Amino acid sequence: MSTGQEVLVRVENVEKTFRRGSEEVHVLSGMNLDVPSGEFLALMGPSGSGKTTLLNLIGGLDRTTTGSVKIGSERLDQMSDRQLAAWRARHVGFVFQFYNLMPALNAERNVELPLLLTHLSRAQRKRHVQTALEVVGLSHRAKHYPRTLSGGEQQRVGIARAIVTDPTLLLCDEPTGDLDRKSGDEILSLLQALNQDQGKTIVMVTHDPHASNRATRTVYLEKGQLSAEKPE
Amino acid sequence: MNWISQIVAVAIFNLRTIPNRKGSAITTVVGIAGVVAVFVGVLSIAEGFRAAMTVSGSDDVVIVLRSGADSEMNSGLSREETRLIADVPGVARNAEGALLSSELFVMVNLPKRSTGTDANVPLRGVGKEAASVRHNIQIVSGRMFELGRNEVIAGAGAARSFAGLDVGNKLRVGQNEWEVVGVFTGGGGSAESEVWTDAAVLQPAYNRGDTFQSVYAKLTSPDSFVQFRDALAANPQLKVKALLQKEYLAEQSKALTSFIETVGVGITALMALGALFGALNTMYSAVAARTREIATLRAIGFGASPIVFSVLLESVALAIVGGVAGAAGAYFALDGFQTSTINFQTFSQIAFAFTVTPQLLAKAILWAAAIGMLGGLFPAIRAARLPISTALRET
Repeated sequence: MSTGQEVLVRVENVEKTFRRGSEEVHVLSGMNLDVPSGEFLALMGPSGSGKTTLLNLIGGLDRTTTGSVKIGSERLDQMSDRQLAAWRARHVGFVFQFYNLMPALNAERNVELPLLLTHLSRAQRKRHVQTALEVVGLSHRAKHYPRTLSGGEQQRVGIARAIVTDPTLLLCDEPTGDLDRKSGDEILSLLQALNQDQGKTIVMVTHDPHASNRATRTVYLEKGQLSAEKPE
Repeated sequence: MNWISQIVAVAIFNLRTIPNRKGSAITTVVGIAGVVAVFVGVLSIAEGFRAAMTVSGSDDVVIVLRSGADSEMNSGLSREETRLIADVPGVARNAEGALLSSELFVMVNLPKRSTGTDANVPLRGVGKEAASVRHNIQIVSGRMFELGRNEVIAGAGAARSFAGLDVGNKLRVGQNEWEVVGVFTGGGGSAESEVWTDAAVLQPAYNRGDTFQSVYAKLTSPDSFVQFRDALAANPQLKVKALLQKEYLAEQSKALTSFIETVGVGITALMALGALFGALNTMYSAVAARTREIATLRAIGFGASPIVFSVLLESVALAIVGGVAGAAGAYFALDGFQTSTINFQTFSQIAFAFTVTPQLLAKAILWAAAIGMLGGLFPAIRAARLPISTALRET
């Protein structure tokens, strides 16, 4: 289903093949997907269906074997590694299942990391970090190290890090996969608010139907193919 | 933010994670400290030996030997020749005449204090101007020998290393008995490893007739050397060659210092190879332990080169810590340690102190940094080449 808005993510005829020894594994084949700007899209499917691979292609973390991935007006499949890194820094925020925080840095330093790739001054970076931590409701835990935070809090720091540069696109890989139901709900509410109040386009990989219910649209992957309906 | 700031940012939290990997980090630091300590230790022997041989060398003191002689050992000069040398222009003079000492030396066997075994000690017969010609000769105990008597003065290094050279002792060497009447220093130079007596007494004691082996002369100024050398060459009655004392002593120490340096660098290179593998192991495990962190940074947008440089920086930092520890350990344990060895160019024992110079310390720390750099290079490249999408899933 399309929202009728401008398409932000366009995946066209994408094939993705991995080599496992002498064997070729087709993870995605003939994949087409449009994600309009401002959509909260849930990608569901069984393990090995290619959800994370698709998310990585959209985030410029991996390259297509054939086909194209276009974000806005930019073709990711035509960028060099260096260009991709710079593009990711400007346009994408990643939220990971296991938070992927740097254990040696406290919450605010973790959130500041993407800002180190900008030309902002230290004072500007501090302001941005405060704002991001306020958005996720963790300003009071700014000086805490990841090991002293609960899973839900760590994931909120992860989300603050993802939104601190105000990216167009948020890519979430099982953001509630490592959390209990209550913390998971809080994270989903936060993502929903970011989508509805701040207009962030979100693509979320999940196994959890409860999580996908919060999205504006859900698509299913089965053996590298997309369908709008949940496969039987 | 610029590239350097990215490196600094990544390096800072790399360094902060070192306590989480302290086992392998300490192994690397200790390994490199060992390499540096051996490097500094062995080369401080060469430095000390070179210093002992050359420190007393001066720009305005010349040594004259028979043409073709490599050292005083195989040189020979008649009294007539020494007189002719004294008249050559360029030689400094005082009220009593030319500042010049005609000398000969023989090897005597004395027991080492440390082992009790005999070793060769040069017994040098000198002229009355010997101390005036050389720099820094000072009697520190007893008195100067009297001319014409069987008296000797011992260099401080020789007195320290060999038994029987205390003031008041009598030495039986050959058919004669010699009384030790004083101990002298020579600015830490090779003269301190010798025993001196009157040349006129030494000549008959060793059946040397009226011959010498060398002439030490003080020049009016360092600039007079060319004039002095050319005047000697122009005199058809003389078949001699003149060398600045400094150059002569450097030449005499060359073979042994080169040998020690070669052995030192060889041993260090072998140990460095071991330390290099230690550093490689540490940095590979550091990269492996942080695979997901590195992938996360790459996902966020950090480039590959800041990752490479930050890993290298960490490796070099560990190596420098090891280098400084090893250099400091070697300095405090060895600098000034007194010993003696045989100079196989002159077959005589030279007393010297291990000398750890600032240049040696700097060189050692550079070695350490190089080991760190090499040890970090491949792990750094590996870190930068990690496929982000798979590395993000590492636990």
